[in-house]
Amino acid sequence: MANEEKIDKAQVEHVASLAKLQFEDADLGKFTTQLGDIMELFNTLSEVDTSNVAPTFSVTDQFNTMREDVAVNSHQKEALLKNAPDTEEGFIRVPAIIDESEGAN
Amino acid sequence: MNFQTTIGLEVHVELKTNSKIFSPSPVEFGDEPNANTNVIDWGYPGVLPTTNKGVVESGIKAALALHAEIEKHNHFDRKNYFYPDNPKAYQITQADKPIAHDGWIEIEVDGKKKKIGIAEMHIEEDAGKNTHNPNGYSFVDLNRQGTPLIEIVSKPDIASPDEAYAYLEALRQRIQFTGVSDVKMEEGSMRVDVNISIRPYGSDKYGTKTELKNLNSFNYVRKGLAYEEKRQQQVLLSGGTIQQETRRFDETTGQTILMRVKEGSDDYRYFPEPDLPALSISDDWIQDIQESMPEMPGKRRERYVSELGLKDYDAMVLTQTKEMSDFFDATVKNGADAKMAANYLMGDVNAYLNDQQVDLQDTQLTPEHLAAMIKMISDGTISTKIAKKVFKAITKGEEPVAWVKSKGLVQLSDPAQLQPIIKKIVDDNQQSVDDFKNGKDRAVGYLVGQVMKQTRGQANPKVVNELLMKELNNR
Repeated sequence: MANEEKIDKAQVEHVASLAKLQFEDADLGKFTTQLGDIMELFNTLSEVDTSNVAPTFSVTDQFNTMREDVAVNSHQKEALLKNAPDTEEGFIRVPAIIDESEGAN
Repeated sequence: MNFQTTIGLEVHVELKTNSKIFSPSPVEFGDEPNANTNVIDWGYPGVLPTTNKGVVESGIKAALALHAEIEKHNHFDRKNYFYPDNPKAYQITQADKPIAHDGWIEIEVDGKKKKIGIAEMHIEEDAGKNTHNPNGYSFVDLNRQGTPLIEIVSKPDIASPDEAYAYLEALRQRIQFTGVSDVKMEEGSMRVDVNISIRPYGSDKYGTKTELKNLNSFNYVRKGLAYEEKRQQQVLLSGGTIQQETRRFDETTGQTILMRVKEGSDDYRYFPEPDLPALSISDDWIQDIQESMPEMPGKRRERYVSELGLKDYDAMVLTQTKEMSDFFDATVKNGADAKMAANYLMGDVNAYLNDQQVDLQDTQLTPEHLAAMIKMISDGTISTKIAKKVFKAITKGEEPVAWVKSKGLVQLSDPAQLQPIIKKIVDDNQQSVDDFKNGKDRAVGYLVGQVMKQTRGQANPKVVNELLMKELNNR
């Protein structure tokens, strides 16, 4: 990361909202400082010249670890639903979702 | 001022594999909610996804059908977002190095052919399904979570709503022929996201684009785009500006309605998926798949015209699905006349499928039976009228030759048998003979009708006509 600028409060608030985290205003300053320190530490990595190094996408040296397309039903439905916060008729019940367009793809 | 239009389409296609993309849970529709899920689908801590080889293979097939370059070394990425349909809080997709890029397909609008580029094609997992009720709750079914998808992103080559429609048709058809998906919008195995912008002719800068949602058929895509194209023109011509927004197509009014304005770009914080080793696709693997690919619809259409003498329109209709085209090929291979086979498939067979609301492969019709029936028509064993009855029988799985014999429906073509019947009828109808002699041609029709009545419709009309004329001229 070539960006030497310190992370600011607005960025921390943005990241917090992406992660659906809520905290007190007092903590915002603390986290901004802490995250700034962490970023600074990471920025020391940019001192290394990596212009001739291929990007690392994976830390394993494996390729093509795949399984055959065979279906196995593990019949875990009941056990899984027991761990859900709330259920109804086999569904996971959650607070109403208003914005239908929010889901990814 | 004149404008030019630029349309982008992102098409999601659900792959028809046995199991999910990263877990062995079955890919099945219509089962009890959450019945086809396991700890991996639920994103439990500590579980390890494993890539389904069948998905990669399907991806390669689709890429080849789209003339795309296959990225030999590709990998998965995480797209982070919170939504109850995805308990991991990220979707495994391909952002940085998709499995294929730079493809094209050919479309035809008003007889004009055009190549539409494909920017990229990647493989990814589908999310679960939410249903809502008015009592303040939503319900999550994770059966669909982890169903393999491919996403196909067009280049900005599509210049009109009609071209968008033709592109979707061509894309659906080519993917359908590979057999990797059912590609049915009405069943959700094909989904389309659309964006559109306009700019003054000659301008080298694209206009601001709007996104359209709720386009549940190819026709709605075309209609929604046409509406949006006009709306943007009106806004610009009246001095306004287009804002980046998502609009919803209203099926009843045919209009698009503002859903929300987009502020800034989405922030999905992509990073390489650490749980899945990268993919390395060898030339041998690609070649093996290439060799197993069925003949594509364009090639078949050409062959039907040049080798079998079909009209281009008929060839186009027969190549809408691989099942129909395969059925036609097999019917011809079993000895049926190609034009008759084409007419039966586009006529009686299609009418039957529409009436029963089934796909060809789910019926009891076979190319062998259809060919046998057509051959009986060609050699005069049955009339086309009797063939209607035979057709009904073959839809129930009957072998037509045996069935025609057992029902005594073989057409009477033997002059030795028909001659006495005709002679008797002419003897009994002196009035008609007189009419005929006085130049009243309809007397012949009446007499033919009498013969058909006498033989319960089994007489060969052509033979009857010949014999009758001879008989009348002898009087």
